[in-house]
Amino acid sequence: MEYKDYYNILGLERSADQAEIKRAYRKLARKYHPDVSKEEQAEERFKEVSEAYEVLKDPEKRAAYDQVGTGYHSGEEFRPPPGWDAGFEFHGGGYTEANPEAFSDFFESLFGRAGGFGHAQGGGFGGAQRRQFHAEGENTYARIVIDLEDSYRGGTRQITLKHSVLGPDGRPEIKERKLNVKIPKGITEGQQIRLAGQGEPGIGEGKPGDLYLEISFNPHRLYHAEGKTVYLDLPLTPWEAALGAKVQAPTPDGPVNLTIPANSKDGSKLRLKGRGIPAKEPGDLYVVLNVVAPPANTEAEKEAYQQFSQAFEFDPRSGLGA
Amino acid sequence: MANNNHREITGAILDEESELTLGELCRACGMPAERIIALVEEGIIEPRGSRVRWRFSGICVRRVRKVYTLERDLGVNLAGAALALDLLEEIERLQARLARLESGRE
Repeated sequence: MEYKDYYNILGLERSADQAEIKRAYRKLARKYHPDVSKEEQAEERFKEVSEAYEVLKDPEKRAAYDQVGTGYHSGEEFRPPPGWDAGFEFHGGGYTEANPEAFSDFFESLFGRAGGFGHAQGGGFGGAQRRQFHAEGENTYARIVIDLEDSYRGGTRQITLKHSVLGPDGRPEIKERKLNVKIPKGITEGQQIRLAGQGEPGIGEGKPGDLYLEISFNPHRLYHAEGKTVYLDLPLTPWEAALGAKVQAPTPDGPVNLTIPANSKDGSKLRLKGRGIPAKEPGDLYVVLNVVAPPANTEAEKEAYQQFSQAFEFDPRSGLGA
Repeated sequence: MANNNHREITGAILDEESELTLGELCRACGMPAERIIALVEEGIIEPRGSRVRWRFSGICVRRVRKVYTLERDLGVNLAGAALALDLLEEIERLQARLARLESGRE
């Protein structure tokens, strides 16, 4: 197992005091919090930072960590010396704030698995009177990335979830689980799908929790969704925009024929009612006109632009006052 | 659970139109009612209906969870988490718009 340098992770010297530790953690937590951060691998970094703080903020754990870890460097193969934790008693405090699911093997080997009540296996309370302990499983939350087309057509997506289960030896282990999830037609970004009974298993006769999947879309080459409204950029030639035209445009539902009115301006929008995301009340699709002028390369093309300049009394810079 | 690999599971959408009772929202977020009530009092989530028959939109689940993780991980108080949430949603809207505007002009 790899040694983790918790001081290094928080950017601290080993001599840092508790106030410095807290300050470093708060700063990094704000930077990498998955709900806030757009940094790459924010989630990984945030887990590391939380784990480091979990140990260093607690003087007991910090002392134990300092004792076994001196001399190791980050990433080195680490094996705790036998009986190293004799004389330390961890009071179980400090497990409440962070989410211990994500802590590393290294953390577990030193401090044990931080248990929620999910690990309190039913046992005998008080001698002969054996009582079974029941509890509902916890809900779990995950994010799932789908394509815009999945929302238009509905469909099935396979997702892989990691979760911890109790192994035969009573130690929790990380298992992967694959689920085929039906994507309901008309779902939009930020909405959630609730899958009843797919969260953490219950204890005893307790029901399992539910799984909540938050939807986001892969970026699309053609379309952008904002809520249930969808936008498409449609390139036009200057003469199509000026004279009007009938053109074909793609939509997620398949191509449509569009009539471009004469003298359409660059950036103006045509609304296709009900062609956005097919929610209960379907959204609209906006076609945003994008007028593109071709370069003049051949003699004939240059001549055509010359004729433009003679025909038009047009100064796009008239408003600039220069 | 072994044949989960093959079975297709169908879920319920939580959107603006779905309605949850206080109890259902507590269960969905894994939180006691007192905490949810505190969020209502802070104006972070806005139920419909009278206090005895509150109905929450499905979007609330996401907001409640985010406030919870922001409080837990960053040590902000409820008002701070509410502010962060509003700003994050504004940034999300602006980024979607920016992506749309930039895509046509490369």
